[in-house]
Amino acid sequence: MGFLSASTSLTRYRVEGKLENPVMENIYTGLRRNAISDIDDNAAEKGIGWTAFHDPFVPTFEGSSFTIGTYFLFSLRIDKKTIPSKVIQKYYAIELYKKLKASGKEFLSRGEKKMIKEHVINLLTLRIPATPNIYDLLWNHEAESLWFFTNLKNPCEELETLFLTSFHLKLIRLFPYTMTEFQGELSSEEYDTFTRLSPSKLME
Amino acid sequence: MLDIAVAYNRYKFIGYEFLSWLWFAMEQSPGSLVPDAGEYGSITIGNRMVLENVTKDKTESITIKGDDINLDAALLSLKNGALVTEINLVYKFNEQEWQFTLKGESFSITNLKTPQRGPVDTLEDTEGAVLEKAYLLEQILQYLDFLYKAFIKLRLSPAWKETLVPELKKWVSG
Repeated sequence: MGFLSASTSLTRYRVEGKLENPVMENIYTGLRRNAISDIDDNAAEKGIGWTAFHDPFVPTFEGSSFTIGTYFLFSLRIDKKTIPSKVIQKYYAIELYKKLKASGKEFLSRGEKKMIKEHVINLLTLRIPATPNIYDLLWNHEAESLWFFTNLKNPCEELETLFLTSFHLKLIRLFPYTMTEFQGELSSEEYDTFTRLSPSKLME
Repeated sequence: MLDIAVAYNRYKFIGYEFLSWLWFAMEQSPGSLVPDAGEYGSITIGNRMVLENVTKDKTESITIKGDDINLDAALLSLKNGALVTEINLVYKFNEQEWQFTLKGESFSITNLKTPQRGPVDTLEDTEGAVLEKAYLLEQILQYLDFLYKAFIKLRLSPAWKETLVPELKKWVSG
């Protein structure tokens, strides 16, 4: 459900503040420093970082590839390795059998079993490729607005964290309270009423 | 400004009241949904509506969906104190159509379909498509901002209690 899909989901953000000049260079640096790294060849279970909209599996931000018109367009990629529990169960049982046979014992302690399980998970994590999930975003720097093309809680939280780390700018999600704060254009009297507002009894 | 997490829960009722008002306004005063300046289209209910009635000890939820939805059950639910928590909307402007679902508490937008665009075959096509899609999104989001601003101004004015609530009660009681 990416930006150019026929059907998309969208979370709106307000970007607090603006980048210092040179803007393009600062964005490029933020993207490059926090670009996604492949985790297929190591034991990490999860990888998070920026990737290019045009080529999300070979991320490069050279030139102004992340700029289209007045927008910045790039993507958040979350790679995750998910090992099915039955696969863990299978290899754990095999390792347990080998260990018992080698030691000549009838039972293993809880600590030993835990170590075997961790070892199995580590080995499997190295062998299983990560599943990538890509979420596009469109940032209008001048308008201080950003659209993130998903409503999923975890990617939204990861975006907020990574954006702050990369660009030192805070993202504020737009929902009824923040929409009123930022876009309501309230007078001081209206704002005062808003702060004391409680649900209306529409049908009593 | 309140803490964001606190504010989200404290003010989510505003989102439900906004969607309930929007339904009422679409039915009873569509003129109030047209800005004074600029060119805007018309908005109607699409194929889905979710209402929720929260009482002290329970939450009752009703979902109505279908291409030609009958809103009698939704109206009855509103009469019993429920509010609209999610609504599918169709916006038409210049023979173009947008359809999407808007959630009251988060204002998140799902299943957003913008007017059809041409095929994307080359990199140049992609750039054009991005700009066109951004423009189409901007159009619908600006209109939603207008609607919300119109609602919140009314909600914070004495006219809400004095005029709107009695009119809404009359409409629901039909």
